[in-house]
Amino acid sequence: MRHALAVRVGPVGFRIGSAWPSPVAASRALYQGYPAPEDGIPDLTVRLYPERPWRRWLRPSVAIGGDYWLPDAAPLPLAQALLAAEMGMNLQVALGWRRHLLLHCSAVERDGRVLLMSGASGSGKSTLATLLALSGWRFLGDEFAFVSLGDGTIYPFPRAASLKNEAVAAVRAAGGIVGPVLEATPKGTIGYWRPPADAVARMAEPAPPKLLLFPRFGEAERIEAMAPSETFVRLTQASTNYVALGQAGFSALTRLVQGVPALTIGYPDSAAGLAMVERLWREA
Amino acid sequence: MRAPAIVYAADPPAARIAVALDALVAVYHRPSGVTHLLAAPSPELLDALADGPADAATLRDRLAARYDLEGDADDRITATIDARMEEMIVAGLAWTT
Repeated sequence: MRHALAVRVGPVGFRIGSAWPSPVAASRALYQGYPAPEDGIPDLTVRLYPERPWRRWLRPSVAIGGDYWLPDAAPLPLAQALLAAEMGMNLQVALGWRRHLLLHCSAVERDGRVLLMSGASGSGKSTLATLLALSGWRFLGDEFAFVSLGDGTIYPFPRAASLKNEAVAAVRAAGGIVGPVLEATPKGTIGYWRPPADAVARMAEPAPPKLLLFPRFGEAERIEAMAPSETFVRLTQASTNYVALGQAGFSALTRLVQGVPALTIGYPDSAAGLAMVERLWREA
Repeated sequence: MRAPAIVYAADPPAARIAVALDALVAVYHRPSGVTHLLAAPSPELLDALADGPADAATLRDRLAARYDLEGDADDRITATIDARMEEMIVAGLAWTT
């Protein structure tokens, strides 16, 4: 590809190639300060290319591909190319990574232990992770938790947090700097929050999990313990590579659900959610 | 004339990894790579088949040698065993000989 960026996030070395300069420039700014892939060799490649040859110039339309692809991935306008690059990175990890058990979770660390938060889009897991990082927790990631197949520790994947709609204002109100912000994307307004330098500097430092939460934003305050068997089923659904990993995935996931308490928490707003998380963390 | 009893068989225990999570047991079936969540007495029935293929009455006797089966009539126990074995055949964990 004519324009390219190579960058490492946690254990993953990426190469982002693009037919246009602007997506690479936007990604380069977002990942400023991140290291290059180990030995200069990327693990996964993202390709941003015109949906049709003439769509490189005429109403440019960015298709997302790479080592792995989905047939129904919709192209995005060039103005949203940063979102295309970020979605492309997620797609490649989700479909291609086999060295860890991947869970669709946000993760933060304090006192050497990890808090995992799992939930669908809109559950608040990215916002809570970002707000916790702004109050002293180490940010490990808002998209994937990388569970070691060997010892069950959680490896950081500290990409920029992807904040949607009201979460942008919530993080700004807490003193976070959000930018760039993309309006009117298929997912609504999306703002990117760059992790602190400490999270990037310590991206190779794993830590064992201590607590797993399933947050539900916008609900009345409630806390419910989740049975290990239900947690197990939920996390198989939240993993993009559980089936592909076979026995190694089974062993990693059963160890996690046996060793880490899981709770569903409902919370009406970010302040209430943060207070609940801090309290549950102390009691865990 | 009674129909001959169905004889069930399963892979040996080494073909499975079973982890008790709570009332449910997560079972990884190595030959298929499929994960199952089983409730009692299904994991115990699979283990009882380690001694060789068996019909429901024989499985009942094998379970009785290891567990306390008091409280139910023998025919209700064998009916339950047939029902659970049928589920495990559908799931690919057992078969009939």
